Amino acid sequence: MLSWIVVLPLIGFLINGLWYAFLQAPAGRKKAGSVVPGAIATAAIFGSFLVSLSVFLKLNELPESQRVIEQVAFSWMKFAEINVDFGFRVDVLSTLFTLVITGVGTLIHLYSIGYMSHDETPTKFFAYLNLFCFAMLILVTGSSLPILFLGWEGVGLCSYLLIGYWYKDEEKASAGKKAFIVNRVGDFGFILGMFLIYTTFGTLDFVALKQAVAANGATVAAGTLTAIGLLLFVGCMGKSAQIPLYVWLPDAMAGPTPVSALIHAATMVTSGVYMVSRLNFIYSLSPTALGVVATVGALTAFFAATIAIAQTDIKKVLAYSTVSQLGYMFLACGVGAYTAGVFHVITHAFFKALLFLGAGSVIHGMHEEQDILKMGGLKSKMPKTWMVFAAGWLAICGIPPFSGFFSKDEILWEAMSSHHGSFWLWLVGALTAMMTAFYMTRLYTLTFLGKPRFKEGAAAHAAKHDDHGHGHHDDDHGHGHGHGGGKVHESPAIMVVPLQVLAVLSIIGGFMGIPHASWLAHWLDPVIPHGHAEPTVAPFWEWVLMGVSVAGAGLGIFGALKLYAQLDVAAELKKRFAFAHRLLENKWFVDELYEMVFVKPIYFLSQGLWKGIDVGVIDRFVVGLGKVSMWTGQTVRVLQTGSIQTYAFVLLLGLIMTLGYFIYGMV
Amino acid sequence: MEWFDSHLLTGLTFLPLVFGVLLLLIPAKGTQGKAILKYGALIATLVVFAASLQLWNGFNAAGDEFQFREAASWIPSLGVNYLVGIDGISLLLILLTTFMMPIVILASFTTVETREKEYYFLLLMLQTGMIGAFTALDTFLFYVFWEAMLIPMYFLIGIWGGKDRIYAAMKFFLYTMVGSLLMLTAIFYLAYQHKLQFGSFSTAVVDLYKLKIDATGGYFSTQGILFIAFALSFAIKVPLFPLHTWLPDAHVQAPTAGSVILAGVLLKMGGYGFIRFAFPLFPQAVQQYQIFFMLLSAIAIIYGAWVATIQPDIKKLVAYSSVSHMGYVVLGLFSMNAIGATGAVYQMLNHGISTGGLFLLVGMIYERRHTREISEFGGITKVMPLFAISLMIMTLSSVALPGTNGFIGEFLILLGAWKANMGIAAISTLGVIFGAVYMLWMFQRVMFGPLKNPENKKLTDLGLREVLVMLPLIVAVFVMGVAPNAFFGKMEPSIQKLLTRVQPVAAAPVAMLQERKGN
Repeated sequence: MLSWIVVLPLIGFLINGLWYAFLQAPAGRKKAGSVVPGAIATAAIFGSFLVSLSVFLKLNELPESQRVIEQVAFSWMKFAEINVDFGFRVDVLSTLFTLVITGVGTLIHLYSIGYMSHDETPTKFFAYLNLFCFAMLILVTGSSLPILFLGWEGVGLCSYLLIGYWYKDEEKASAGKKAFIVNRVGDFGFILGMFLIYTTFGTLDFVALKQAVAANGATVAAGTLTAIGLLLFVGCMGKSAQIPLYVWLPDAMAGPTPVSALIHAATMVTSGVYMVSRLNFIYSLSPTALGVVATVGALTAFFAATIAIAQTDIKKVLAYSTVSQLGYMFLACGVGAYTAGVFHVITHAFFKALLFLGAGSVIHGMHEEQDILKMGGLKSKMPKTWMVFAAGWLAICGIPPFSGFFSKDEILWEAMSSHHGSFWLWLVGALTAMMTAFYMTRLYTLTFLGKPRFKEGAAAHAAKHDDHGHGHHDDDHGHGHGHGGGKVHESPAIMVVPLQVLAVLSIIGGFMGIPHASWLAHWLDPVIPHGHAEPTVAPFWEWVLMGVSVAGAGLGIFGALKLYAQLDVAAELKKRFAFAHRLLENKWFVDELYEMVFVKPIYFLSQGLWKGIDVGVIDRFVVGLGKVSMWTGQTVRVLQTGSIQTYAFVLLLGLIMTLGYFIYGMV
Repeated sequence: MEWFDSHLLTGLTFLPLVFGVLLLLIPAKGTQGKAILKYGALIATLVVFAASLQLWNGFNAAGDEFQFREAASWIPSLGVNYLVGIDGISLLLILLTTFMMPIVILASFTTVETREKEYYFLLLMLQTGMIGAFTALDTFLFYVFWEAMLIPMYFLIGIWGGKDRIYAAMKFFLYTMVGSLLMLTAIFYLAYQHKLQFGSFSTAVVDLYKLKIDATGGYFSTQGILFIAFALSFAIKVPLFPLHTWLPDAHVQAPTAGSVILAGVLLKMGGYGFIRFAFPLFPQAVQQYQIFFMLLSAIAIIYGAWVATIQPDIKKLVAYSSVSHMGYVVLGLFSMNAIGATGAVYQMLNHGISTGGLFLLVGMIYERRHTREISEFGGITKVMPLFAISLMIMTLSSVALPGTNGFIGEFLILLGAWKANMGIAAISTLGVIFGAVYMLWMFQRVMFGPLKNPENKKLTDLGLREVLVMLPLIVAVFVMGVAPNAFFGKMEPSIQKLLTRVQPVAAAPVAMLQERKGN
């Protein structure tokens, strides 16, 4: 039964993929609607959701300690000491991920039918989307690290394909490539981490590994455990966009917005959190590795938030906010609060998918406009989108009782009170929370409140020539949008309904983790044992900190509302702090730094190696050697006369003579 | 029937040559004659492929080390005999050869339009040489087949090649000739040693395996020098850095079929040589040189990838990628453990398929545009979607994405290397990053972006014949990526035997691991 969770999206992929490859692609530019392929893909992922749900219910019926369902599909690699099964194992942790992936996934598939209705190749799009779900589900249900890695690379591939989906735009294609390569840097660590686990514990299967660690973990050198934890975390830095490998995620916004919602917010980018939680039994043995995870997480959360403040592209703001929120999740894992990390994965999946899809609805309604400075006043023009977006906004700001409040609050509390936590980690987290409220309110205000800063009709037309507007349309097909002319409009029901469902989830999703009565913590206990260690600070601080963070969020919201209600004040501020603004707007020039430190030197080094060593040294030597021989000239002449027979004869003769010489010498 | 079965290997080896001679006899004038030639060659190679499947069915992994053995007296005074037989490793390499040949012939239908008769004859002769080399169990016989491969390849490059074909063919010849002569000298020395130790000349591998060759004195002991003589020859063939510079020229100048065979099969001859000869004949020397060769492999992996990145010519890029990928093969072999060696053999098959596929695709686009300059292209996906899909799949195989064949090989090789030497393995693993860089960057520049060049706007997508060329390779990429056990099963005992020859204690790591598990 388990395998159906992954097989259904695979079937969807095969149907749409083969349909596209053999019937649509060769014919060239035949336009296919998004409805049929969309329905196939949605049915596939919804079927997978139903199976996931029944697996969840089945687990729920089992006694707590036995909540695991396993299935080995076949043996993947088996020889000598190697034995890797293509196996699935769904336990209390995996089941949550499968539900989120297939549940949110279904909504996003549905939404895409509307969003991609004017696209050139929707069949290809839905094939990719299903393929992604297939890989993502393998990632979270795989029974061993190699299978997880199969999914890990698979989602990376789909991410690459979907970021560069509008490949005719060079920039978008580059963004896809960048994502893949930066992720490969992470994979380098992942692979070595896997190897080190294998040579240390002799297995890569999660259950066997847990037993091996329980049995031998104490005798393994602390340095080895730390190395394992850190190497695997390098993989997380790539996939889950942490410092220093976060740079691909903001560029990944080049993909269609549903992709940003599904892959680059709700699911794939949380893979790292999944892996760390899955391997919590290793991380918990290495305080050093945990410390690094927490620190990197906290710094990423803060750093990305600073950049988000100065971005004007609606998707870029959300992208940096995603990087920042992922930082929170690692902060949680790093202080040993894996449950809080997973909790935030879930609530974040709800509200960030909502925000992205809401942004998509805005972009769709504004005819491909993504610059929030050119929006404003959309509250009345897109009332449904406005309402759901507001729910997402309050959730991410951490306003009770919206979902984000519960998960973020738990992370902050753990950052302070856990044995691996500290005041400083809490402080960075709390400051970030305030900044989050600020930039999200800025986004919300500039988009929905105030007066429209665009002219209807004209705005749409201008947007087409904007940097962000092209890819959506085929360059040969002109820029006709096919409906509504230039009028800003509300999105169709097929897009709005998924948004409304996500809004409800964003509002109530937090109740699964009410402090001290958390269903989630209890549910996850078999995989993530919540220690009974006393918090390091007095319990009443929990309420104080909660108050502080809510007040901080309130302050952020209030400040941004005030500031961006009068744009001239904001502009004045921007002018006064021009340097800082430039720094933030340009994302601290990190991309430029990498270009200078890594890309360019390797490029020039490679040129040097080729021209210098290959051609300059080795070839010169070899060719020189050849020229010495008179025989060379002879052969060339023979070859040019083109007489094979002559040459073959000469060659054979030479061969026999050589042999004869040797034989004579021997005997 | 029984006679047929007992001469299967010889039959398989010389069948292509017989077909080739038959083709020479056909009067092939005019379009009809040419069609007979093409389809004749295609059918010939398909028959050979079908016959080779008989080997797969009949080979019993649990049986003797060498199966389908045949022996005939040849030069008795020198102890040279016609000895053939295959183990699991040669079985797979023979299958790779017979699998690739029909594909290559089919791909040549439109690319070769001069002197077709000689062309198809040489290809078939080449196949005889390749199969023969993989079956030979006599070192001298191996040498003869080894040389026999060289000649047709030399002509394929020299006659049907690009504009610098003479230079490339010469370089190819010079390099390989130097290696061959060294090997030949070593073979005779070994035969002589056999006379000294056992009283008679012999060049049979199983006899030579029993020789005790002096290994005292480090790198330059008798064994060390003999090892180097063999190893140089094989390292040139692989090719291992810094002996690789013949490869880019040979590949770029060779016609598509030549490149595919060269990358697909001929390079494997180097890896195979290490397995069949250099390792079991000189076990101590191999151990002495282990780290040295692992280091060279690591350099090859990174160096090949870097230099590939900046190539302006797609074919040269793929050629340098071969240097990188074959570096993995040598790395796996010199890890000298079951994981690494299995990965290495698997990687040889993978490389044949993925690089072969890449060369075929490059050939297809060259045929249309008569250029391979990356800068001439861009946005091709729009006009050639099937080509784009094929190239993407081969690219993924080349960058070793899990689920494709490439991953199995690379993963096992790196794991094997990790067990042998963590530092070198870690450096080699960087190839995972750089491999993606050159392939994806190439893909982007050729396939993505706006379709700017007007020359490219009228490109036509792959036709049915071209789809048929690519389809078997695409299927192989995924089958080998998902179900490698069928292949492992065939080669596992052979790998074990190889390892016990190289180091009698090769089984130790496994035992240690089990011990640890037991604790």
